[in-house]
Amino acid sequence: MSTELLTALVASPDSSPEQLYRLHEAALEALRSTPDVVRDDDLQLTLFCLNALHYDGLDGVDDAWEWHTELGAVKARIEQDFESALRDRVPVPDRPARLTAQPVAAALFDLAASDTSPGLSRYISSKATEAQLREFLIQRSVYQLREADPHTFAIPRLNGRAKAALVEIQGDEYGGGRPERMHSELFAATMRGLGLDDRYGGYVPQVPAITLASVNVMSLFGLHRRLRGAIVGHLAAFEITSSVPNRFYGNGLRRLGHGELTEYFDEHVEADAVHEQIAARDLAGGLVEAEPDLIDDVLFGASAGLAMDGWVTEHVLAAWVEGRSSLTAATMVAA
Amino acid sequence: MAAQRPAAVITACPDGPLLVRGDFDLVSASGEPVPRQRRTVALCRCGFSAIKPYCDGSHKAAGFRTQESEEQA
Repeated sequence: MSTELLTALVASPDSSPEQLYRLHEAALEALRSTPDVVRDDDLQLTLFCLNALHYDGLDGVDDAWEWHTELGAVKARIEQDFESALRDRVPVPDRPARLTAQPVAAALFDLAASDTSPGLSRYISSKATEAQLREFLIQRSVYQLREADPHTFAIPRLNGRAKAALVEIQGDEYGGGRPERMHSELFAATMRGLGLDDRYGGYVPQVPAITLASVNVMSLFGLHRRLRGAIVGHLAAFEITSSVPNRFYGNGLRRLGHGELTEYFDEHVEADAVHEQIAARDLAGGLVEAEPDLIDDVLFGASAGLAMDGWVTEHVLAAWVEGRSSLTAATMVAA
Repeated sequence: MAAQRPAAVITACPDGPLLVRGDFDLVSASGEPVPRQRRTVALCRCGFSAIKPYCDGSHKAAGFRTQESEEQA
């Protein structure tokens, strides 16, 4: 499936109808036969590459593919099953009694507090080996080297208080005018400090489907106007569950002798304690006050983000507990 | 007469920090500027933050609760 996609994409968007036909057929067959679209390496890698056309593009691929009708149809078909799977298995909490900013914020904080997934941050803080720390950064790099981008797609879809809140958060994510302070750049600096490849997408072939899915869900929510509630909820949940874990991640780096590489994590302890308040009250709360019908999608987006994070963590910890690598290509990174 | 907008606004976040937005200086007791990386800051008011005067989210695990009256305000 991903092979058919890449074969089609290296050709000009004006040619190769035959390859596109084969791609569509391969997608339908892959969706029919997969036991789980969320954990299917091939389907999630395909979706990841299709989403990449909306961000930085793909090396050697014509940018005109981004709005190609038939390629869009393939993507829509995969996303349809992906979204259905998430709606089936992600629990959505009850609506708050009043749909004003404060009760909406409180519902989001309660949802995050009730999340019982095992913490990766505590493992990194107290137990992770050097090799596991590097694997953790590789797993995270698939999102963090483009940190904030999927949510930025929501800005023109919002108005008033919610829009101002999202811009305020994203301005901080993008360094407040200082490129070297961009969160993606701080993460890249940590990777370089550990001798890892900081080029975007460098480790995509090595991460499991669930990691790609955790990023694809952000693109799904961010690139569809009808899901603007979900991308807002996703960001709120992400920010609410960030400050404290980042302190533990930083502690893990310090424990392993990398005290000079903790800026990304230290920055997030402080930044996300600000962002969580803005995201829960002004962004999510403001959006629901303006568009009360979006409450269920806000809660779904938040819950989906928490669930995804939990599934990635389960995958990583299950591998580590058994002494295996959490990466797919069995490339346990040399320390 | 147009209403005068304040230079800075402090939001008392229920069960959380004081969110400060706008044009303000944050200084230590001796008047020195406190190192600051962002325009909008969250100031600790539960007492548990490890990066005071800033908030680090510790109020949640600490179970910090503000007054009901504040939420209604």
